Amino acid sequence: MLQLFLLMSLHVVVLFFLFLKIEKKQSLLGGTKSFIRILPIVFIIIIFIGSHLGFVPQNQISKIAGEQAGFWGILLIALLGAIVHIPSLIAFPLAASLLKNGASVTVVAVFITTLTMIGTITLPLEIKELGKKVALLRNGISFIMAIVIALIIGVIL
Amino acid sequence: MKENIKEKQKKGMMRDIIFLGIAIVIAIILISLFPEKREVVTASSWEFFIEMIWILPAVMVLMGLFAIWVSKETVVKYLGETSGIRGIFFAILFGALPTGPLYVAFPVAAVLIKKEAKISNIIIFLSAWACIKIPQEMVEFQFLGLKFMAARLTLTIIFVVIMGLSIEKIIK
Repeated sequence: MLQLFLLMSLHVVVLFFLFLKIEKKQSLLGGTKSFIRILPIVFIIIIFIGSHLGFVPQNQISKIAGEQAGFWGILLIALLGAIVHIPSLIAFPLAASLLKNGASVTVVAVFITTLTMIGTITLPLEIKELGKKVALLRNGISFIMAIVIALIIGVIL
Repeated sequence: MKENIKEKQKKGMMRDIIFLGIAIVIAIILISLFPEKREVVTASSWEFFIEMIWILPAVMVLMGLFAIWVSKETVVKYLGETSGIRGIFFAILFGALPTGPLYVAFPVAAVLIKKEAKISNIIIFLSAWACIKIPQEMVEFQFLGLKFMAARLTLTIIFVVIMGLSIEKIIK
C-alpha cells in the first residue's frame, strides 16, 4: 500500500514538472511510444507469472530444495531459481525456512542468487530492450556465476 | 531509412501480439484443464497487472525526461569508455538504490546505452539492480544472518564486475 502511494506521488511530481516545462512535451510522447511498444510483451509476462504462481506452489519448491544435495542437486536448484519468479521479500523467508529444514548453505545461496539475477520470464523484455546478445550473455554468465558464488560460500561458511 | 525502421517495428509488434494470443490460449487451456487453479492464477495475474500498471507508465515518463534532461556528456563522463573504476562504482551505486523490480531497469539500461555508456557498466548496473539492492540486503541480513549476507554480497560484487568486463570483451 505504501508503495502504491509512493508511486502515485511520483506520478504527480512528474506531471507537475511536465506542466512547468511544456516545451519538453515531446519527452512524454517518446515515453508513451516506447511504453506501447513493449505492452504486448508485458502482458505475456503477466500471464506467465500468474499461471506459474498458480501451478508451482511454494511448498513444492522448498520440498525439492530440501531434498537435493550434491552437484546435480545444486544445478537443479539453480535452474529452479532461474525459472520461477518469486518477489525477493518472500524469497528470503523461504530461504530461511529451507536452512532450518536442513538444506545446505550452498543450495540456499545458489537459489537466492539465480532467483534475483536471472529472469527467464522477463527475458523477452530484456532482449527487446537490450538485444539478444547482451541479454543472453548476461543471463547465461549469471547462471554460472551463481553456482560459483554458492560453492565458495559453501566452503567458507 | 526511417520508413524501414518503422516497418520493422510494426512487424515486431505483430509478432509480439501473436505470441500474446498464444500465451492467452495456453493459459485458458491450462485453467480449463485445472479449474481448481483458476482463482490463484487470475488473482496473481491481476495483482501483477496492477503493479505493472502503476510502475511502467511512471518509468516511461521518467525515461522520456531522462532522455532529454540528462545530456550525453554527463552519461559519458560517469559511465562511459573512460570512466574506469569510478564508472564501476557509480554503476553499482545506481543499481543498488531502492527502486523497482528488474524489468524496470531494462528501459533505463537501453537509454544509457544510447547515450554511450560503457557496456560493462551497463551489465554491472543491471546485475546490481537485480541482486545488490539495499532493502533486499537488509531482508537477507534479517533472515539469513550477517555472515551469509556479507559473504554473498562481497562475492556477488566481485563476480558482477568480472562478468561485466568479460561480456564487454566478448561483444567487442
